[in-house]
Amino acid sequence: MSETSEWIISILILIGGFFVLVGSIGLVKMPDFFMRLHGPTKATTLGMASLLTAAMIYFSQLQTGISAKEILISIFLLLTAPISGYMLIKSAIHHKLKSIERTSGKDNIEDDV
Amino acid sequence: MRLEARFSWLPTPFRSLMLFCVWLLLNNSVSPGHILLGAILAVVIPLATQPFRTKQPLILRPGLAIRHLFLVLYDIITANLQVALLILGPTKKLNPGFVKVPLDLSHSMPITILASTVSLTPGTVSAEVYPWRESLPNGDKPEKRFLLIHVLNLEDEEALITTIKQRYEAPLKEIFQC
Amino acid sequence: MLETVILIVFAMIGLSLLLNLWRLVVGPSIPDRILALDTMYINSIALIILYGMNMGTGLYFEAALLIAMLGFVSTVAVCKYLLRGDIIE
Repeated sequence: MSETSEWIISILILIGGFFVLVGSIGLVKMPDFFMRLHGPTKATTLGMASLLTAAMIYFSQLQTGISAKEILISIFLLLTAPISGYMLIKSAIHHKLKSIERTSGKDNIEDDV
Repeated sequence: MRLEARFSWLPTPFRSLMLFCVWLLLNNSVSPGHILLGAILAVVIPLATQPFRTKQPLILRPGLAIRHLFLVLYDIITANLQVALLILGPTKKLNPGFVKVPLDLSHSMPITILASTVSLTPGTVSAEVYPWRESLPNGDKPEKRFLLIHVLNLEDEEALITTIKQRYEAPLKEIFQC
Repeated sequence: MLETVILIVFAMIGLSLLLNLWRLVVGPSIPDRILALDTMYINSIALIILYGMNMGTGLYFEAALLIAMLGFVSTVAVCKYLLRGDIIE
């Protein structure tokens, strides 16, 4: 494995690990459910995409020929993260979870049927 | 908006292309055998599953769709950096809020794409599409739809609504021609 | 160098799994716990991919893909159950 590709892989892995960690910190640190949702849906998804790109480069170097199948997991996560976030926030609204005091525009939420 | 494809043996051209690419990626090879098998699967699976599907609008402007895809990917990366800074910064300074965005789109498929885009880009998560489908009598179309979004740090409500409408909704209207 | 970086990132992802576990235990509401579980399976995919890179085999790719698919379906099923009290209406 050449020096350059090792550097690229290391940087991509570090960025990925950082974003995954930021997503989990957001999950723990934020005061209410709606704010907690932002970390895992965005930061974790980008972190995973970066990690999987690094894995793609690594396995392309390891074997002969390129290995592009890791990109399937990235695409799958990118497509499904908004859907699961949407389902979660829908069930949170259904359960009438409290949002913190300074949230503006709370009267925009309509009661569900 | 067009629901029917040009050829009846290829009801969803882009889905067929996607199935073909996924087959090649799963097998991780471009040998002639896999290309043939992938092509057969890409034609047979949409034909076999067509009776269960509800008709969705087709992509009419593929070039614009690809450009919009790259714009969204770029926005995802910049938005993630912003959200990471917001999460690591002090929590007390954040002003969360719910915002109602009026929609011009009417079909459910473009609305789903818009909601997913909003969820992945700057500090917003889409929450709900109003009015509730259950509150309408059977099969009625509502005149005006709204998308409820939750914003992590709300600064200017009007500017946010304009950004979403111009940056993400207008290209979708153009792509699906509806 | 790559071995050291992989070890560091192992530690980072392990830490984020612990943070998720804390949210899973503390709660306070059921959607919070589902969100924590959802994040946990995504982090476990990261862990498996990293382990595959550490061992130098691509064998773990299929396991990661399966976890991604089953995790998504189970999150949606649990949310649907919370919303309607029924998975298939």
